[in-house]
Amino acid sequence: MSDTAIAPKIIKKFLYVNRKAPYGTIYALEALEAVLIGAAFDQDVSLAFLDDGVFQLTKGQNARAIGMKTVSPAFGALGDFGVTRLYVEAESLAERGLTRDDLMIITHDFENGTTGEVPSIIVVDRARMSNVMAEHDIVLTF
Amino acid sequence: MQPTVPAARIEDVDVKISVLVHAAPYTHQAADTAYQFILAAIAKGHAITRVFFYHDGVNIATRLAVPPADDRNIQKCWSVLAAEHGVDLVVCIAAAQRRGILDEGEARRHGKGDGAANLAPGFRIAGLGQLIEMGIQSDRLVVFGA
Amino acid sequence: MLHTVNASPFERTALTCCLAHAVNGDAVVLIEDAVYAVVKGSTASAEIVAMTEGVDLYVLGPDLAARGINRAKLIAGITEIDYAGFVDLVVAHTSSQAWL
Repeated sequence: MSDTAIAPKIIKKFLYVNRKAPYGTIYALEALEAVLIGAAFDQDVSLAFLDDGVFQLTKGQNARAIGMKTVSPAFGALGDFGVTRLYVEAESLAERGLTRDDLMIITHDFENGTTGEVPSIIVVDRARMSNVMAEHDIVLTF
Repeated sequence: MQPTVPAARIEDVDVKISVLVHAAPYTHQAADTAYQFILAAIAKGHAITRVFFYHDGVNIATRLAVPPADDRNIQKCWSVLAAEHGVDLVVCIAAAQRRGILDEGEARRHGKGDGAANLAPGFRIAGLGQLIEMGIQSDRLVVFGA
Repeated sequence: MLHTVNASPFERTALTCCLAHAVNGDAVVLIEDAVYAVVKGSTASAEIVAMTEGVDLYVLGPDLAARGINRAKLIAGITEIDYAGFVDLVVAHTSSQAWL
């Protein structure tokens, strides 16, 4: 593929908004594929999880018995692609009987070269999520 | 009620707009809405940077669909749009391969035999990078889905 | 920001979620099956009235016409637009978000 050949001078803020649960539909998987490809473009990339999208980040997923690939482990690799901000909406978790402890632990390396890992998941309230959406140039929904 | 919207300002002519289409034709209205939106944008003098077809939206690009004669032919609408207005119609390669939308090169590469390619005229198959690129290169990006 | 909603509020939660995130100065365009939301007397229209202070609400006329929804049945405060008006709204807002 020749897509990576372009050298964009502009850096835009991309927000990938996930509002759908995994497995029942393909949206979560194909959204993640877009994030991983997009990460190669040196843009400012963040992810947002709200409504049923929060189910994408829950612990303990195993899709073997439904004959599918388990999607969730790929989120753990996002940090290696420079995607370090996963905003999760607190109200969406609460509505679904979830807490932060039900979510996977996703981390990325400190940017300043010191050792250690920083959590990538940032739980925000609904008002802050609205601000996050407004702060981005491109909002991609799936 | 009159259709009243904020009047486009002088500097708002010739805005670069890109469009992302996620949903299958006929099953969902998204492809129709996107098409009408683009026609209106072109009529207003805006430039369509690119249309990217993702998820089941890639199914719009099959040349093998034969809808009833009294219905619109969605694939043809888009092919004509590309021919008449030079709109760049890009079908996501990963999504297309999953769903059996192949151009000549992909059909050959996967050993599907002569004549297996089904990509309609005016469309091209390329990677997801084209989606990111159109986001970077356009002033506005609009998503139509199911 | 411009928000678009295309699903019926009686089938999906997209409109409710959208309205919960729209802020002062935003605009919401209802297209496709979402236009059923603005019919006077419906539970969805009551929700819209309660939640859209400071948010401009638009409905796509061709989708109303296709579904046989007469203008007289619309709640107050909704602006009907055509596809050209939809384009103008996209241009007038620096970003847009589809609530799919």
